[in-house]
Amino acid sequence: MKIEEIESEIVEEFEMFDDWMQKYEHIIDLGKSLPMIEEKYKTEDKIIKGCQSRVWLHSELINGKVVFTADSDAIITKGMVALMIRVLSDHTPDEIINAKLEFIDKIGLTKHLSPTRSNGLVSMIKQMKLDAIAFKAKS
Amino acid sequence: MELDIEAIRKDFPILSRTVNGKPLIYFDNGATAQKPTLVIDAIENYYKHQNANIHRGVHTLSQEITVAYENARATIQNHLNATHAHEIIFTAGTTASINLLASSFSKKFLSKGDEIIISAMEHHSNILPWQQACEEKGAVLKVIPINAEGELLLDEYSKLLSEKTKIVAVTHISNTLGTINPIKEIITLAHAKNIPVMIDGAQAVPHTAVDVKELDCDFYVFSGHKLFGPTGVGILYGKEKWLNKLPPYQIGGGTIKTVTFEKTEYADLPLKFEAGTPHISGGIGLAKAIDYINTIGLDKIAAYEHTLLEYATERLEKIEGLKIIGRAKNKASVISFVVNGIHPFDIGTILDQLGIAVRTGHHCTQPLMQFYDIPGTIRASFAFYNTKQEIDEFVKSLERAINMLR
Repeated sequence: MKIEEIESEIVEEFEMFDDWMQKYEHIIDLGKSLPMIEEKYKTEDKIIKGCQSRVWLHSELINGKVVFTADSDAIITKGMVALMIRVLSDHTPDEIINAKLEFIDKIGLTKHLSPTRSNGLVSMIKQMKLDAIAFKAKS
Repeated sequence: MELDIEAIRKDFPILSRTVNGKPLIYFDNGATAQKPTLVIDAIENYYKHQNANIHRGVHTLSQEITVAYENARATIQNHLNATHAHEIIFTAGTTASINLLASSFSKKFLSKGDEIIISAMEHHSNILPWQQACEEKGAVLKVIPINAEGELLLDEYSKLLSEKTKIVAVTHISNTLGTINPIKEIITLAHAKNIPVMIDGAQAVPHTAVDVKELDCDFYVFSGHKLFGPTGVGILYGKEKWLNKLPPYQIGGGTIKTVTFEKTEYADLPLKFEAGTPHISGGIGLAKAIDYINTIGLDKIAAYEHTLLEYATERLEKIEGLKIIGRAKNKASVISFVVNGIHPFDIGTILDQLGIAVRTGHHCTQPLMQFYDIPGTIRASFAFYNTKQEIDEFVKSLERAINMLR
């Protein structure tokens, strides 16, 4: 599936929820299902520093596509990472670099992009794109 | 005798707003307190009817506002029971006050091998300026340890005091733990060895009356915004004898008597430390805030907040897996806690959805988090406009959040 298609799928998913608590319950469930990063990658240099929760992100290039795995010590953050991985993982570096990620706004997560330093969503997206740029440069 | 909380709440317009569709419950007073209408009006009035620069013009507006600003200084002087109005230096806040002091003090008095004493529960703002001063001068930062309850170990403190100690800088009330430190004792012990003491009163001034003469502290610093006043204004109180010995910090307009290209003669206190046009409306607003809390009475405020603290503590302790961080015998209305297996950030996020503002994270006290070996806490900090009903709602919402997140 293309990145935009996955984004629309997520937007539809979130439309089913009446209120924000349900959305958060869904994000929490997503967090619980996030494929864990391998323990050996949970090192200091893999940490994306948000102010409050820690996020470990690992990326690999497999058959020309970037595969992300991640973890976080906060479950809501983990749920947001899970969404980002679902959208961006297993795509080519170019697709990742050019992704507009409009779903974040559409599902009402934009406030998590505000620079309150309270979570790492902004830094998470930035790091995923930087990894893609690095793979592109190498290939 | 009792406070009329309903009437008081009407003085704070923001308390009637909603957040995420719920009535706001504001338990983040330790970060910043809300402002009463009186303060907001004073700021508006300044820009509408009084705006001019102070200490400069011969024209009426300038003279009027200079008087108003100096009256504000006098209000703060009286509130702290300082001997002289010129011992009250307007700054941009607690952080700015400590930066000023650490910079000017170390320039004059700190040399290689000297020591500065702080405590393990300091806010980063009372660590970094001293740490940097030590690095620049080759001095050593010494730290008063705490026990598991979050109380300073005074025996250890006594041992740290020596002829090498140049200054002691400790917090009056811990922003993270709520511990009220025995500052009178801390000051007396230091003075026995002729060492000056700075007290960080950022968290103390909203909850307790401060008498700098009775405390005999050499410096006392705080922010306006935690005291129901405007942001961007704060105070450095210093004993005249100390302030006179210190060199200016930032220099420029207003800080001088005469300037030639060869030599500048600096102004007397307090102007020596007040370079540039100050936050005039801030100073005036802060004085209004002080007038406001004094009409209510800090004794009554402290007594009422203590009942909130006890009530919240009792209710929170019943929640399974919840651990209160900071169990000092002497505590202000600040409760930090962690919940087993749940990240503070997650709880804060859900509480926000339910209209409740708390602080989560390390509260700018990372060394303290390292001491307790936790990533952060959830902190509820109460002001006198908070109520037991709000605490009930908070506990209910917290239980809901915990159920979702477990």
